[in-house]
Amino acid sequence: MNKRVVFRHRWLPYALLAPQLFITLIFFVWPASQALYQSLLIEDAFGLASEFVWFDNFIDLFADEHYLASFRTTIIFSVSVAGLSMSLSLLLAVMADRVIHGAMVYKTLLIWPYAVAPAVAGVLWFFMFNPTVGINAYVLHLLGYDWNHYLNGTDALILVIIAASWNLISYNFLFFLAGLQSIPRSLIEAAAIDGASPVKRFWTIVFPLLSPTTFFLLVVNSVFAFFNTFGIIHATTEGGPLQSTTILVYKVFNDGFIGLDLGGSAAQSVVLMAIVIALTVFQFRYIERKVEY
Amino acid sequence: MAGVQLKDVEKVYPNGFKAIHGIDVKVIDGEFLVLVGPSGCGKSTLLRMVAGLETVSGGEIRIGDRVVNDLEPMERNIAMVFQNYALYPHMSCYDNMAYGLRNRGVPKAEIAARVAETARILELEGLLDRRPNLLSGGQRQRVAMGRAIVRKPAVFLFDEPLSNLDAKLRVQMRIEIKRLQADLNTTSIYVTHDQVEAMTLGHRLMVLNGGNMEQLGTPIELYERPATTFVAEFIGSPSMNLLDARVSDDGAVVKLPDGESWTRADGGGRHAGRTVTLGVRPEHFDITGGDDGEAHLHVALVEHLGADTLIHGHIGDDRNALTVRLQGVVTARMGDVLPLRVAAKHLHLFDPETGKRLD
Repeated sequence: MNKRVVFRHRWLPYALLAPQLFITLIFFVWPASQALYQSLLIEDAFGLASEFVWFDNFIDLFADEHYLASFRTTIIFSVSVAGLSMSLSLLLAVMADRVIHGAMVYKTLLIWPYAVAPAVAGVLWFFMFNPTVGINAYVLHLLGYDWNHYLNGTDALILVIIAASWNLISYNFLFFLAGLQSIPRSLIEAAAIDGASPVKRFWTIVFPLLSPTTFFLLVVNSVFAFFNTFGIIHATTEGGPLQSTTILVYKVFNDGFIGLDLGGSAAQSVVLMAIVIALTVFQFRYIERKVEY
Repeated sequence: MAGVQLKDVEKVYPNGFKAIHGIDVKVIDGEFLVLVGPSGCGKSTLLRMVAGLETVSGGEIRIGDRVVNDLEPMERNIAMVFQNYALYPHMSCYDNMAYGLRNRGVPKAEIAARVAETARILELEGLLDRRPNLLSGGQRQRVAMGRAIVRKPAVFLFDEPLSNLDAKLRVQMRIEIKRLQADLNTTSIYVTHDQVEAMTLGHRLMVLNGGNMEQLGTPIELYERPATTFVAEFIGSPSMNLLDARVSDDGAVVKLPDGESWTRADGGGRHAGRTVTLGVRPEHFDITGGDDGEAHLHVALVEHLGADTLIHGHIGDDRNALTVRLQGVVTARMGDVLPLRVAAKHLHLFDPETGKRLD
């Protein structure tokens, strides 16, 4: 049986597809190909002359220790952000799942941070940790730690990790809560009768059943940490001090628009593009199959 | 091995709804008790209270000689089979059955032996390394049973375990559960809304209605002497006919509103002159001749079931609609008027106000 829709008019299907294709071409394919082309050029800072240099930009890139350091920073940053925000939001979701009174209020409040733009989230935490006037820095000072993200690279990195994680918690929380609520109550009850303590129930029943959600969020969080955190960094540390918070996406901006090394910046974009393609393929490949139910 | 005793058990939900109103029952060791009733009658709640999945608001639950009101489910030495089986989807059948044993620190070799033994009893041997999603409904049901059996608990609790199976499989599993329970001789409490399941499985039945116990007794007691109109209608299929009637002034006959009547067994004058609800089971009618105090059935619809024939109709006015079940194939047509007799011992009298049986 032929279930496909057959159009009588020859051009109608193309006409219907055209707007989508048009948008994809103008806003995705064209810029991406420009970046690809640009990554093979070396341009002078005034944009007056350019030279085609094949893969010199890439060779320079991977020989540049700043770039490799930025790679390392990005990995530390995204692993920490994904780990921190996912574990906190799972904890919150597990607790919210048990709340009986005022559950709606509690859940609604937990969702609020998602409405805060990354840049604003960054600034909020920047203020709270400000070495001069920030309340958190003050508390840390009382505890005997001199917090200063202007001078200390580790402090700065921790600051942007906290801000990015906080921004992601609501999103993760929603997915985890939905995941928890889709686990049949009777499974937990059966495990309770089977003699599993609440902690054991969580690790042997609930957590394995949440694995599709966890896997999905891991990919989404990594993508967020890799690409969407530009605002947080730009509004707070601007990649410093001493490049300690320069993640890849920030370095693209910095080298391209501040350093005016357009070819090198384009080459970095191409590397990022490859990473996001790999992550997407990974997600499509495994996320559908790993479903447990 | 242990009995279960409920003493004046009550359940009140936080919103003030009283789900269980003081249930008393003593389930003896090895007995199969069925809790039966329509949806929302509290039967599952009561079972879950025994399991420890619901708190007890009042009264006392004992398993063996321990009061278990405040014990965790795991400390009660019970096993439960759930309506949706509640198998752990990420574990193989083996792990599903072994989970409870592992949690209790049973040695590995013994776990293997006990799971193998249970699998043999339930004919699950080839399926142990499969995950539940690869099994049919009947096989899942068996694994769920296996998970309960393998632990050798003091009490089995069943929460409508057969309601997700198709009709044929249900009959088969019903027989299997009955056989297993007889072999293992483990005290069991079984919840169902299906009266056939209840009648065939239980040593005793408890009929629940709105959180109250309507009657407790053996299946035959419930069938032969229903304590209330509710039980009378609930047990038996098709359900008992309930007719508005009046006992004659001399107590000898029950009269229907249009003057027709049936002779009573004792005729001893009890309840003379009283308005009653008269109950007669469809299968206790007889349409063969005889003249003494008969009523007449106006046939409205005939259903042929092969072994039986169901005749729906009414006596006199439409208020007294009733169903008659006759053995074999009976030829009757809409509009026929049949003489209807009932042996006197099959007349059940109930108080029309309270619904309670009148003896």
